[in-house]
Amino acid sequence: MLDDLDRRLLRLFQADPALSTAELAAQAGVPALKAGRRLARLQEAGVLQGQGAVIDWKALGYEVAVSLRVTLDKTQPRAFDEFLAAAREVPEAVEIQTFLGRVDVRLSVVARDLAAYRDLYRSRILTLPHIADIESLMTLAVVKDEEALPL
Amino acid sequence: MSPDAPEIDETDRRLLRLLAEDSARPASALGRELGLSQPATWRRIRRLREAGVIAGRRLRLDAAALGFGVTVFLGVKLSSRQRVALEEFERAVGAIREVQRVEHVLGLYDYRLRVVARDLADFERVLRRRIMTLPGVGDVEANVLLSEERRAGPL
Repeated sequence: MLDDLDRRLLRLFQADPALSTAELAAQAGVPALKAGRRLARLQEAGVLQGQGAVIDWKALGYEVAVSLRVTLDKTQPRAFDEFLAAAREVPEAVEIQTFLGRVDVRLSVVARDLAAYRDLYRSRILTLPHIADIESLMTLAVVKDEEALPL
Repeated sequence: MSPDAPEIDETDRRLLRLLAEDSARPASALGRELGLSQPATWRRIRRLREAGVIAGRRLRLDAAALGFGVTVFLGVKLSSRQRVALEEFERAVGAIREVQRVEHVLGLYDYRLRVVARDLADFERVLRRRIMTLPGVGDVEANVLLSEERRAGPL
């Protein structure tokens, strides 16, 4: 369904989502109208779903970022749903992921400092339902953050 | 709170929420929603960008539709934690195209990697040929991503 031009446009767009259709077209070496039609088609097909600003929590004063790896009590049939619903109510959880593997759910949480993190951990995280086990990885540095697809 | 963190008010928070949802919206449309003029909206965006709060933009793509059906998170332990070993590992792992994100972490593992692949067979190839052959790699744990939600966060 996707041809070389689609991929080229997405590759360029992915590298700089601030580019206009005209700029993308120029870089891809095709007329703007053609690029616009392709992008519209990719949007309609749901391949290109939109774009969002990336917020740097550290720059906002959230010095602590922790990855919480949670194992759930799977003898409870509604463990996943109830845990996820409760986790969505924690504003400091910026990412919620579910997995197949040793870990069931991972939460990325941010906090202003270690004291704030400790409070959050005790009052909002450990109180989430159906936790069987929880492990924390504290982020020391983000070495690479592109999340670009190798198109 | 960090001393350099910029002062942001309720309008900035709402602006950040809107931009995190859709960074392609013109300042005029954002301003209308926030009750601000276009230049005032623009000034706020520029200030947030200069303060590093807005770190960039990210395209939302349907990875599966583009042929990347599998995302795996790897916990990697290094066999040596000498500085040279960390630097060498970081340089080599960062160069792998399929590795989208690399975090140096404190805890059970030394590094957390986000890896995309076409399918599980392709992932196995990346794991064996590119990741297990990296300098200093010890224990590796893999978890296959089933679902992912990005939340607005504490705004």
